[in-house]
Amino acid sequence: MLLSVENLEVSYGHIKALHGISFHVDEGEIVALIGANGAGKSTTLKAISRLISVQAGNIRYEGKNLLDFAPHDVVKLGIAHVPEGRRIFGNLTVMENLKLAAYNRKDREGIAQDFERIFALFPRLAERKEQRGDTLSGGEQQMLAVARALMTRGRLMLLDEPSMGLAPVLMRDLFRVLREINEAGTTILLVEQNARMALKFAQRCYVLETGNIVLEGPSSELAQNPAVQAAYLGG
Amino acid sequence: MTYILQQLINAVQLGSIYALIALGYSMVYGVLRFINFAHGDIFMVGAFLSYFAAVLIKRLAGATAIPTALIFVGSMLLAMLGTALITLSIERIAYRPLRRYRLSVVITALGMGVFLEHMTLVIVGPWRISFHPLITETVYKVVGVSISTTQLVIIFVSILLMLILEFIVRQTKQGMAMRAISYDREAVPLMGVNVDHIITLTFAIASCLAAAGGLLYAHAYPIIEPYMGIMVGWKAFISAVVGGIGVIRGAMLGGYILGFVEIAAGAIFPSRMRDLISFVVLMIVLLAKPTGIFGLPLRQKV
Repeated sequence: MLLSVENLEVSYGHIKALHGISFHVDEGEIVALIGANGAGKSTTLKAISRLISVQAGNIRYEGKNLLDFAPHDVVKLGIAHVPEGRRIFGNLTVMENLKLAAYNRKDREGIAQDFERIFALFPRLAERKEQRGDTLSGGEQQMLAVARALMTRGRLMLLDEPSMGLAPVLMRDLFRVLREINEAGTTILLVEQNARMALKFAQRCYVLETGNIVLEGPSSELAQNPAVQAAYLGG
Repeated sequence: MTYILQQLINAVQLGSIYALIALGYSMVYGVLRFINFAHGDIFMVGAFLSYFAAVLIKRLAGATAIPTALIFVGSMLLAMLGTALITLSIERIAYRPLRRYRLSVVITALGMGVFLEHMTLVIVGPWRISFHPLITETVYKVVGVSISTTQLVIIFVSILLMLILEFIVRQTKQGMAMRAISYDREAVPLMGVNVDHIITLTFAIASCLAAAGGLLYAHAYPIIEPYMGIMVGWKAFISAVVGGIGVIRGAMLGGYILGFVEIAAGAIFPSRMRDLISFVVLMIVLLAKPTGIFGLPLRQKV
């Protein structure tokens, strides 16, 4: 087990966002958390990368208790979080965004190889290398956000709504690249409102409703589940 | 014509010092969205530490004659170190615990300024100390315009420090992190960057520039006293705002603009009207461009 979340509780003030959820991700897997807006999906990812504080429960990654780590140290452990809304640094160039993501790395050659790999995966970013982040289109920004996660050399990638705001063509492209990244050895935990896309992409899924996991199982089974079909796949 | 050229040199000299200090306000604002109102007093501390550093170096040297240039550089480096240590203590003890309380931390900064003034007052007494220049004064005459080594050194050292700063901010990964923090601080930890380290570094650089500003200012106006940082601090702060606070080049430009306006106002109007006129001009610039000349566009959150 690469990541295991046990009885995780998170509150915003008096409002409980997560009521003790548990799930796990195995090495090499693609796992998706699906659910409606406000179900607690982003909150879960933010708790894992330690951006928000946790009231109760445990988050273990490779046997370490993540609650003992600061957000920047979680990155060093190999967890790369691609946040909701991409959060590209608009005042930095594409190249600078990538270099910043390699902040803790000292392996010059490895960094150079990763640049090549990234520009092979996302040729658009190579063309826009010297452009400021805020001049990129939404799709290009999403590519850059994923590319930054690769630069941190994360073994586990947390993806928060990567499909948001993307045209269907771009979305397919992106998920094709994400699959390549997964096949090259990166484990993926995906959070998506687009359940159809998530069920196709992930091997296993958890369904989150108002801070509770209500269903879980292999994607193929969930896709056949009448409740899931009615609530998330439009009947 | 020679008169104008003469005033121009004076303006560049004064503007360089304002720019150095304005940079500190601007950089700290860039990473924390916080105005460090103690920064003017940090500049004053820098001037005093330069003075004591020079005395110390001379005393350590004893009978051996060392070149004044060496004393100058040595004093500047020691003053930078001392000023940075004081600033970092203030940041750690007084600012960091309050970082989330925007208003409180600003008031704390004002308080720290008063604290520094009065600590200096207690330590050195209420006297105005005359600063013995560490630059051997030679006045050159170029086409009727006189320019002194002091002026040349002030301008040269300021520009050199600003070039070093530009290099740090543009080319190093820490500089990249600083710029990233000014754009979206919450996303920076996701890159594996310890934001607190970068904030510490920013305060350290800001106070080094202020210390250098203090040493240079004491060469242009060789009287130092515990309240010297107040007015200079306000002026540098306003320079930073006029240039566009949070933007490095804005602070530099703002500093030089204020230098020019002040010298021009002093040349045209009676000297007691100088500050009045220069503040009015700056207010007019701000009315025309409220976010400053290179102002950060207000970032929209999606």
